[in-house]
Amino acid sequence: MNSTPGQESESLVSVRNLYRYFNVSGGWLDQISISKGKMVRKVEMVKALNGINLEIEKGEALCLVGESGCGKTTVGRTVMGLLSPTRGSVHYRESRIDTLDRKGMLPFRRKMQMIFQNHHASLNPRKTVAKTLLEPIRFHQPELSLPEQRDKVASIMESVGVDAGWGARFPHEFSGGQRQRISIARALIVDPEFIVADEPISALDVSIQAQVLNLLMEAREERGLTYLFVTHDLSVVEHFGSRVAVMYLGRVCEVGQVGEVFSEPRHPYTQALLSAIPKVGGEKRRHVKLKGEVPTPIDLPSGCIFHSRCPHAREICSKEAPELVSAGEWTDVACHGVRENWF
Amino acid sequence: MSSDTLEISGSFRKRLLDSPVYYSFVRNPTAMASAAVLASFILSSALAPWLAPFDPWDQTQFDIMDSEIPPAGSDGADGRFLLGTDAMGRDMLSTILYGTGISIVIGVFATILQAAIGVTVGLAAGYFGGRLDSFLMRIADIQLSFTTLMVAIIILAVFQTTVGPRFHEDFAVMIIILVIGVAEWPQYARTVRACVLGEKKKEYVDAARVIGLGPTRILYRHILPNTFSPLLVISTVQVANAIITEAALSFLGLGMPVTKPSLGALIRNGFEFIFSGAWWITAFPAVVLVVLILSINLLGDWLRDVLNPRLYEK
Repeated sequence: MNSTPGQESESLVSVRNLYRYFNVSGGWLDQISISKGKMVRKVEMVKALNGINLEIEKGEALCLVGESGCGKTTVGRTVMGLLSPTRGSVHYRESRIDTLDRKGMLPFRRKMQMIFQNHHASLNPRKTVAKTLLEPIRFHQPELSLPEQRDKVASIMESVGVDAGWGARFPHEFSGGQRQRISIARALIVDPEFIVADEPISALDVSIQAQVLNLLMEAREERGLTYLFVTHDLSVVEHFGSRVAVMYLGRVCEVGQVGEVFSEPRHPYTQALLSAIPKVGGEKRRHVKLKGEVPTPIDLPSGCIFHSRCPHAREICSKEAPELVSAGEWTDVACHGVRENWF
Repeated sequence: MSSDTLEISGSFRKRLLDSPVYYSFVRNPTAMASAAVLASFILSSALAPWLAPFDPWDQTQFDIMDSEIPPAGSDGADGRFLLGTDAMGRDMLSTILYGTGISIVIGVFATILQAAIGVTVGLAAGYFGGRLDSFLMRIADIQLSFTTLMVAIIILAVFQTTVGPRFHEDFAVMIIILVIGVAEWPQYARTVRACVLGEKKKEYVDAARVIGLGPTRILYRHILPNTFSPLLVISTVQVANAIITEAALSFLGLGMPVTKPSLGALIRNGFEFIFSGAWWITAFPAVVLVVLILSINLLGDWLRDVLNPRLYEK
C-alpha cells in the first residue's frame, strides 16, 4: 500500500483479503429443484465482499463510499465482528480478531465501538437513556463505584450536548438528532480508540447533519479517535475524511487521500461517481454517464468487476481482476487501464 | 454537572400515570368495570377464610340434614345459607368463595408455568434460529396437535388410578397446574419467537453485541422487555383458558376432588340435581365462572386494543 510515504505509520485496523458471502437460497429443502427430470441442489450466494484490503491508520478518518448494495456496511459490520468473514481476516494492532469468540473479543470491545444509522432502532425503547449509557460502563468497568459511573454518564451526556438531567427519559422522548447524539455517547463512554460509523447522519435532517458531523469531528480531535466512516454522501467525505476508499460490488476500486482522489480521480468508476456531485457555479465537471445497471452480486462479472460498464474496457479486463496498485502520490487504484496508461 | 443531576429511571408512579395504558383505562368504562369485577373476585376469594360463613373443606362443619336447602327468598330457605346448600349440606356461598380461589390460583399459576417454558423456548428459537429453531418449533407443533383437554385427560386419568384418591386430593392443584402449563406452552413460544425475529434485526441488539454482552443477557434484558405487550395480551387469554380447561376437567371428574371443589367441580356436583329442582347448586357457580371469564376476556380485549402500536404510534 502506498498511503503515507516518507514515514512508517502504524496501522490500527487492517482488513486483509476479506470475502463475505450471504446464502440467499434458504434451507436445504428450498435449494432442491427439478430440472430435466433430475433433482438438482442449487445454492445461491450474494457475494457482498470480494477481496477487500484496507489499512486504517491511527488517527485518520477513512471514509468508505459507494452506491447502495456495494458492501460498505458489510465491511463495517465484519470489522466489528457482527458478521464473520467467509474468507480473509481482520486485524487490530496486528492481533487477528475475526476468529475470536465473544470472551476473547472483550478486550477489543472497549477499543472498538460502532455508531449506527437508524436512530429509531439503535436505542432500546424500553430503557431510559441513562440505563442505556450505564450498561457499557457497568459491563466493562465493574470496578467503578456507582457515583463514579453516574459521573461518567453525566459528563458524557454533557459532552455530546444532551442535558444530563434528561437521563430518566426514554428514547422516544428525544428528537432524531438527540438520539443520534446519545448513540454517539454510548460508543464514546468506554473510551474507544476506533469507531465504525455506519452512515451515522444519513437518517437525519440536513440541518442536524452538520451538528452531528461536527460532534464526531470534535470527538476525533479531543480523543484521538480513528474512524471508519461508511457513507454514500460525497460532500461529507470531502468535509470529514482524511482518506477515502471507493467501493464497487464488494471490491475497492480506488483508495487514497481525499484531496487527491477528489481533484484527480483515476479509476473510471470514481470518475463517474464524482462527476455526479451537483455543483453550484464554478467550472462544470464533464458528466460521465455509465451504461447499464450494476450487475447482480449473485453472478459477478469475470475479471475486473467493473468491466461490463467501463467506457475504457479492453479484452484483459474481462479475464483478469486488477489488484490495487499505487497510481498517484497517495493513491492506490485497481484498474488495468490506469496501470498501463490507456486513458 | 455532577452525578446528582443524573436520574437513571423516573418514578414508576409518574410513568404509569403518563402511560397510554392508564390514559385509556380511565376513559374506558368496560375496562374499569371488568377490572372492578375481577378485583372483587380475587379479593373475596383471597379473604374467603374470613368472609365465608362456613369452612367447606372441614367436614365437621356441615350436616347431611341441611342438604339441598334453597337460596334465600325461596320456599324452605334457611337464613344461615344465603345461596342454599348442596347435596352434602355445604353452604353454597362458602363453597363458591373457596372454589373461585382455587380456579384463579390454577389459572394464574398454569399461565406462569406456560410463560416460563414458552418464553425460554421462544427466545432461544427466535434468536439462534437455524436447526435449533426448526427443532423447537416442530416440538411445539407436535404439542399443539394434541388438544390440551386430551393431554390433560390422559395424564390425569393415569395419575388418579396409579396414586390413589387420597394422594390425588392432596396434590390435585399442583398436578392440574402442571398439566395445563405443559400442554399450552407453544402459544407463548410462538408469540415470543415471532417478536424476537422482528426485534433481533434492530440496531439496539447489534449495539448490545458491540458492547460485548452475552446472548442470555441480550435476550432477557434487551429483547424480552420489547415483547411484553403481546405477552401481556395473550396472558389474559391464557388465564381465562386455563380456568375453563380446569373447569372442564373438573366437570369430567378429572380435576379437583369433591372435598376441595373448584368452580368446575361445583358445577358438576350440582349437575345431577338440576332436574330434581335443586338448580342453585349448579347455577350459582356457573354464573360466577361465566362472569369471571367474561371480565378477564374483556380486560384482555381492551389491553389488546391499547397495546396495538398501530393505534397510537403513528
